[in-house]
Amino acid sequence: MMTTWTNVRHDFPILHQQVKGKPLVYLDNAATAQKPKVVIDALSHFYERDNANVHRGLHTLSNRATDAYEGARAKVARFVNAADSAEIIFTRGTTESINLVAASWGSANLKAGDVILLTEMEHHSNLVPWQLIAQRTGAKLRYVPVLGPNVEGGLDLAALDGLLTPEVKVFAFTHVSNSTGTINPVAELCAKARSHGIVTVIDAAQSIGHMPVDVRAIGCDFLAFSGHKMAGVTGIGALYGRRELLDAMPPYQGGGGMISQVEFFTARWKPSPERFEAGTPNFADAVALGVACDYLDGLGRDKIAAHDHQLAKLAYEKLATLPGIRLLGPGLGQERSGLVSFSFADVHAHDVVTFADEDGIALRGGHHCNQPLMRKLGLTGTTRASFYVYNTAEEIDVLVANLRKTLKFFGA
Amino acid sequence: MSADLSELYQQVILDHNKRPRNRGKLPTANRVAHGDNPSCGDQCSVYLRMDGDKIADISFDGSGCAISQASASLMTTLLKGKSSAEAAELYKNFHEIVTTGKEPEEISDIAAFAGVHAFPARIKCATLGWHAAIEAMKGGPNITTESHID
Ligand SMILES: Cc1ncc(COP(=O)(O)O)c(C=O)c1O
Repeated sequence: MMTTWTNVRHDFPILHQQVKGKPLVYLDNAATAQKPKVVIDALSHFYERDNANVHRGLHTLSNRATDAYEGARAKVARFVNAADSAEIIFTRGTTESINLVAASWGSANLKAGDVILLTEMEHHSNLVPWQLIAQRTGAKLRYVPVLGPNVEGGLDLAALDGLLTPEVKVFAFTHVSNSTGTINPVAELCAKARSHGIVTVIDAAQSIGHMPVDVRAIGCDFLAFSGHKMAGVTGIGALYGRRELLDAMPPYQGGGGMISQVEFFTARWKPSPERFEAGTPNFADAVALGVACDYLDGLGRDKIAAHDHQLAKLAYEKLATLPGIRLLGPGLGQERSGLVSFSFADVHAHDVVTFADEDGIALRGGHHCNQPLMRKLGLTGTTRASFYVYNTAEEIDVLVANLRKTLKFFGA
Repeated sequence: MSADLSELYQQVILDHNKRPRNRGKLPTANRVAHGDNPSCGDQCSVYLRMDGDKIADISFDGSGCAISQASASLMTTLLKGKSSAEAAELYKNFHEIVTTGKEPEEISDIAAFAGVHAFPARIKCATLGWHAAIEAMKGGPNITTESHID
């Protein structure tokens, strides 16, 4: 049985439109998810009634805005089950959260000869920030390999023990791969790292709005995510960091709001989260993010996970019947997140995406910010269909019919 | 299929995509430039054997969508034997066609690319090979479409 919610599609105004004369079939949720009306309304409500700068003013609106902003922080903390709201730092999103950890924790804790352990399935945003700090500190990068010609085996966990040598200081990995749909055993990875005293950083961009994410059950030190992939608005995301680590880290940026005392030549800073939120924060979008958390919890995150998985499984089964298709990631019967990623020998992903758009279907084609992995797999890119709460089994039929037409057109 | 889409994927383009001309490394090349389209991963290397100012031979290699591959293939057939000034003029015409949809005055296979203008995201695909060819003529090694927005 497919998990569906009555009328969930009515919550998302954008879905009710035609694209090129066809009903919109939005299957690019891994890039960004659509926003429910409650989130859009929360944003305009904030601007229409409560807008004022936070933490500064002594007037009524400023107090209201500050309460709303700190209320959103508490909601996000509960959403990931952080022990304390001060462990949630608002950022622009996953990318900025990881850059913050790499730059701040990395500059204070990494030195020449240390090793930063990553995996071969990381998004560029969990790869390039580490390259940058490695260049500055002399630390080296090392990778946990992926298994199988189509990554059907996920991460090579058998190789992991051999890779966790004493030089490894930090292990950063994705919870869910945006290009294969692999769900990594994050709690197990964190437990292994912790037993060697290694700090863990999780990229939760693809898991946060799609399944329960509990930082204490997972046992990670840092967790990064974006609001826009979880029914929140763009421009806001968060970094969860364990209090003890955050308190020992230097600021990421300097400016207003993060200091306790400034002299002409020196400054002292506030504790977390203010220490890491220099300048006027993105409070309006943070408030909307808090509402997105409530919305998703209203649907139930285990139900969302089940719904996504069922759609991905159905899509995988139906796509597998297309001639010449190569499907990436976990096979049938294995756990997979709510996306399918595939390629055809004779039709390039961009042509597939252009033809899908003609039928109102939004897909993603390309390397998905995963160039090293694509190169390893001998691919220049794939086509990806990614699902969310409002997608339906009927939409998968529309997709498969469209792909058949495309293949026929190219004589594949 | 919509009119726009059949304009985009004309027979000429499908044919060049399926049976690319002058594809592969050119062993006698004395110039090469590599173009890539970082946002989508399309790649195209263009090899030239310049004989003075004349393109004595040309080939391309790479991977990408039907539009980028067909454009590079057709380009090699047009540029062979041309001087660098003639090549620059051809590129100017091609660029105008893909950005405005205006058909050329003389009958030419280039006209097949007029449909690209209705798909702004694909203009970069159509011009990738040309950028690499122009760069190779100038003696430059690498270009990316992100820094060649014109
Ligand atoms: C796995 C993964 N990590 C990181 C990111 C980066 O997220 P953002 O661009 O919101 O910072 C993405 C989004 O594309 C992603 O899929």
